[in-house]
Amino acid sequence: MKRYSVFAIAREALRYHQGWERAWKSPEPKKSYDAIIVGAGGHGLASAYYLGKNYGITNVAVIEKGWLGGGNTGRNTTIIRSNYLQDPSAAIYEKARALYETLSQDLNYNVMFSPRGLLMLAQTHHEVRGYLRTVHANNLQGVSTEWIGPGRVKELVPIINIDGPRYPVLGALYQARGGTARHDAVAWGYARACSAMGMDIIQQCEVTGVTQSNGVVTGLDTTRGHIGCKKLGIVVAGHSGQLAEMAGFRLPIEAVALQALVSEPIKPCMDVVVMANTVHGYMSQSDKGEMVIGGGTDGFNNYTQRGSFHHIEETLRALVETFPMISRLKMLRQWGGIVDMTGDRSPIISKTPLGNCFINCGWGTGGFKAIPGSGWAMAELMAKGEPGPLAAEFSMWRFKEGQFIDESVAAGVAH
Amino acid sequence: MLILECPCCGVKAEETELSPGGEAHLKRFGPGSSDEEFEAYMFARKNPKGVHFERWRHAYGCGKWFLAARCTATLEVFGTYPAQTSEPPADIVAKIKAKRPDWKGYK
Ligand SMILES: Cc1cc2nc3c(=O)[nH]c(=O)nc-3n(C[C@H](O)[C@H](O)[C@H](O)COP(=O)(O)OP(=O)(O)OC[C@H]3O[C@@H](n4cnc5c(N)ncnc54)[C@H](O)[C@@H]3O)c2cc1C
Ligand SMILES: [Zn+2]
Repeated sequence: MKRYSVFAIAREALRYHQGWERAWKSPEPKKSYDAIIVGAGGHGLASAYYLGKNYGITNVAVIEKGWLGGGNTGRNTTIIRSNYLQDPSAAIYEKARALYETLSQDLNYNVMFSPRGLLMLAQTHHEVRGYLRTVHANNLQGVSTEWIGPGRVKELVPIINIDGPRYPVLGALYQARGGTARHDAVAWGYARACSAMGMDIIQQCEVTGVTQSNGVVTGLDTTRGHIGCKKLGIVVAGHSGQLAEMAGFRLPIEAVALQALVSEPIKPCMDVVVMANTVHGYMSQSDKGEMVIGGGTDGFNNYTQRGSFHHIEETLRALVETFPMISRLKMLRQWGGIVDMTGDRSPIISKTPLGNCFINCGWGTGGFKAIPGSGWAMAELMAKGEPGPLAAEFSMWRFKEGQFIDESVAAGVAH
Repeated sequence: MLILECPCCGVKAEETELSPGGEAHLKRFGPGSSDEEFEAYMFARKNPKGVHFERWRHAYGCGKWFLAARCTATLEVFGTYPAQTSEPPADIVAKIKAKRPDWKGYK
């Protein structure tokens, strides 16, 4: 892999940019691999990357039915934060956030991590108490967050309506090092680094069956033939239920649609991320100037990557109330992704009933922010066969044992 | 837009009148049952990509619960039926089979 650098740009500028190489190779699948990851979203690619980087396992394939990053990783609103309440969540999301800080340098790929600051508005007294509690918990967990009053909110977000008639802003949970990153770049950067380590990223290859003997996975049936493997990692977000069915077990997961939309681009007007969970909407401004907007999920199972229209209306109603100046903005694009919701809204990074098969899923509406930490924990689980401290609490058996991580981590609106 | 005909009052209700209630025909388990049974009842879900049976409530209409057969991959509705049934009725099953010949049937 040729490194990207200021010298590379200068060199290429002098020769009509003829020397840039492909960011990753597109090889034919081999007969078999030491490890296969299904799903080339951020979580799958990061899992492969840390398998190579942290454990030296590089005879690895990442198998993707569409194009890499074409699932939720390329469809999300890119909010990154780690201000969760429960210890296991704070640990893994803060690990991820911390890795994001230096990810561009680590991958030699600009993921445009922008720790611009993130506010979660409190608009009811119940929320005020809830967020104060979170701030105290975060201080104990070593996650840096603070409680700020309405005056400071207005300073940080001049376009906000502090005293709306229904839900005046009573303050906010503020994480100064929260923010956003470029979603595609996260997938592309990991893919390029994996490919450079000699891993195969195989796109346009759908897994259709899991072959096994005596409770151990032997390989995968795919649309490009059978591929053998010694270890299998399933990292397919909204399609986890389907892969689990192929492997012969059932998950506490339901697939529903979550939508987002962006406005026409306007001049810079908001340089933080604002989430308003009571009225159900959140917004940030992209580098191009578009207002990036998201809201809640539909309540019913859906695999169509298309959500219900009335949710858009509800989201926009909430945001116009919070930011009156956006009322005349035109919305340019809207899309949906299929998110994997668990019973306690926390993710699963776990062994499965099959000895050499591992699963990473359940990130639901909020897993972009977790990509580096989740990949780190999944690689450890796959390499050692046992979960490390980051993954230990996220076992799929917690639902049987009643050990929920009841966080609403991935809940309808809270990204 | 999703439209379901409420079998209780006959109204063709659109989505905003309805609230979804999750997978239908779950077998209930209570105190005294095993951890596995309780987990299966509370959390394990079929979550199929394709034919699915669900509970719905005509929340902003007659207020009653009913069941619906729907395809989660295309959003096609096969039919609705009363909540007082323990498995999908034969006419609904026949209708689905006619439209989805490779559907494995309700299990
Ligand atoms: C509209 C929207 C907004 C969001 N906003 C945020 C946000 O602001 N912040 C945040 O942190 N999170 C957000 N999320 C959630 C976040 O996008 C996801 O949690 C995260 O991207 C999941 O990554 P993944 O790698 O697990 O899944 P994906 O990126 O979906 O990757 C899974 C891959 O598996 C592939 N696959 C599936 N089945 C098969 C098969 N049979 N064979 C081969 N490949 C298969 C799919 O094609 C897909 O590419 C949002 C999600 C949506 C939909
Ligand atoms: Zn009715």
